[in-house]
Amino acid sequence: MRLLARYGIVLEFPNVQTCCGQPAYNSGYWKEARAAAKTIINAFEDSDFVVTPSGSCAYMIHHYPEMFKEEPEWQEKALQLQRKVFEFSNFLVEVLGIQDLGARFPHKVTYHPSCHGSRLLGVKHEPMALLNNVEGLELVPLPFAEDCCGFGGTFAIKMSDISGAMVAEKAEHVIETEAEVLVGLDMGCLMNIAGHLRYRNQPVRVMHLAELLYEGVSYSDEHTANRA
Amino acid sequence: MSTQQTELKGTVKERAQLALNNDFLRQAVKFTTERLRSGKLKAAEEHGNWEEWRERGRQIRLHTIAHLDYYLGEFANNARENGVHVHFADTAQDAISIALQIAKAKEAKSAVKSKSMVTEEIHLNQALQSIDCEAIETDLGEYIIQLANETPSHIIIPAIHKNRYQIAELLSEDAGEQLPPETSVLAGYVRKKLREKFLQADIGVTGCNFAIAESGSIVLFENEGNARMVSTVPKTQITFMGMERIIPSWADLEVMATLLPRSATGQKLTVYMSGITGPKREEDGDGPEEMHIIILDNGRSLQLGDPEFQELLNCIRCGACLNACPVYRHIGGHAYGGTYSGPIGAVLTPALKKNVAEWDDIANASSLCGACYEACPVKIPLHDMLVSLRRRKVEAGHDHPLERVGMKGFGTVMSNVKVYHRALKLGKLGQKVVVRDGGIRAKIGPLKGWNSHRVAPSISKQLFREQYGELRSELDQQAKAADPAVAARMREWLTGRDGGASHE
Repeated sequence: MRLLARYGIVLEFPNVQTCCGQPAYNSGYWKEARAAAKTIINAFEDSDFVVTPSGSCAYMIHHYPEMFKEEPEWQEKALQLQRKVFEFSNFLVEVLGIQDLGARFPHKVTYHPSCHGSRLLGVKHEPMALLNNVEGLELVPLPFAEDCCGFGGTFAIKMSDISGAMVAEKAEHVIETEAEVLVGLDMGCLMNIAGHLRYRNQPVRVMHLAELLYEGVSYSDEHTANRA
Repeated sequence: MSTQQTELKGTVKERAQLALNNDFLRQAVKFTTERLRSGKLKAAEEHGNWEEWRERGRQIRLHTIAHLDYYLGEFANNARENGVHVHFADTAQDAISIALQIAKAKEAKSAVKSKSMVTEEIHLNQALQSIDCEAIETDLGEYIIQLANETPSHIIIPAIHKNRYQIAELLSEDAGEQLPPETSVLAGYVRKKLREKFLQADIGVTGCNFAIAESGSIVLFENEGNARMVSTVPKTQITFMGMERIIPSWADLEVMATLLPRSATGQKLTVYMSGITGPKREEDGDGPEEMHIIILDNGRSLQLGDPEFQELLNCIRCGACLNACPVYRHIGGHAYGGTYSGPIGAVLTPALKKNVAEWDDIANASSLCGACYEACPVKIPLHDMLVSLRRRKVEAGHDHPLERVGMKGFGTVMSNVKVYHRALKLGKLGQKVVVRDGGIRAKIGPLKGWNSHRVAPSISKQLFREQYGELRSELDQQAKAADPAVAARMREWLTGRDGGASHE
């Protein structure tokens, strides 16, 4: 919100919103997923743009039209919503045309591209552009970065040991990079990886790109103020 | 060798647990899948127009499957004209009966086989043994698996779960002497041993990578030369093919020959590609005197006309989805419990069996990351199919009662923000007992599995939605004028999208 406010953009938070319904959709409970979807569709009916901090939620909204095949009126509304929903970094770079926020973040950072945002939604160059424009940031490549972290929503609960093996492998790769910060674009994956790193008492800081950028611009602001 | 040790024992979770506790297996599978998927990515990049060819491959498969009746008819007619005995088998049992009839008529004592997943699907080896016809696998990996009395754990690398030390043990036992764990020595031993078997065999059994409708030919892709031996030395050849193996023409084969080896192993070309059009003719130096093709349905036709699953028949069995799959990498193929493993197996096995996901809960063993779809040379949306399977299972009432209660609750909570807020409040209150330093480590209730590998985050003391009002007024006070460039882009975007009808 604070980042967008810098460009004069007001972010509304319709308090009636709940969850996009992905846990139910992926588990096969489409009736329940449709109930959640209707809440979301109604909540954002009057918004021009809808920005989500998780690529996965944005990708879920792309499933709405297919869920409402039997309800054409809702399908039409779902299509309208689909057209205006954006993942956070995609919104910054593609819609607003912002690649350089003037942020400074002098740390060693590695980036995990989340499957739904990167592979299925196609958000790939945006986070790179944003990170490459952060002053002082050293971006170290994450080995096998595209591999799933093992979250998968209810998968992490239902198949917890398989998911555990996957997140352990992901964490190994993160630790290997010796990065101080792991940055990503999906709260689910970040919660998963952070939870495992914490379980192993690893000091890597896990941040959403928006958090990193905000910390970066705040740092720059203070710096400029001090110099002035 | 009549038992199938790895055929569907226990639940997916239990089978996965066996693999997760087996470090040899995990290391071996990880090592080889990483080599194969890196090779595939490199081959695709070097090709230069991979995405375009992938789309061509998909179109060829979509077209062929949409007109499968026509092309199957054309293929069968042409093959018969070439002197091949063509048989159609509705079920695995039918295919076995046909094969056994042929073997009995030939009084066959032994059959050499090249690699074929369809014969694994119908359990041909056991059937042949039952009439005292020895079945010998001649693909190196398959030979190893046969010695170990196991089933393949990968579509193209059947012994992927074994390392060379384990393989040396198995082959040493077979040889009656200690063989060193050196690949060339081990392969040399098998090569020598199989020579005799080829010469003695009454029947050669092959699979079929592609069947060419326009000429009634079958095409085999292989790297060891054994399929060529199988299809030239014995007097009788039996080829098994799934009914969906068809492509219309030799021109289409060019696309498949580009996609298949690159996707499977990263090879630009397979080492041996054999096109076989009928039995030995008078002028031929070698080849079988009699050739049979058994075309198997066994649940495949159930997918025809099913909008969610018809594309499953487009699969060219390259194994790229297995190599790309992070779940497969950790649990190997046997955990899937069927002949076909990995993402394709997780969808194909239940689809072939009943067309609904009553096949334990294999469809749940996926994080839906989409790596399979990305790797697939004919773009089969396996991740979507897994969701369809889950949905069908729920709709058919085969879901877990506890999950059903949970999901009904989810629906109720998410459709009304007031209930949602109450649930969050309740959660905040409830978690007080277990939260330490903002995290939950206790392995209780639904968090048991999660917390065996992680620390769970707690619900924040102050949620974003509770901070929003304050934050909003803070930002409104220092309100900045809209950045003109940014505002212009937003307007432009809206105009492009709604034809000018924005909400402003």
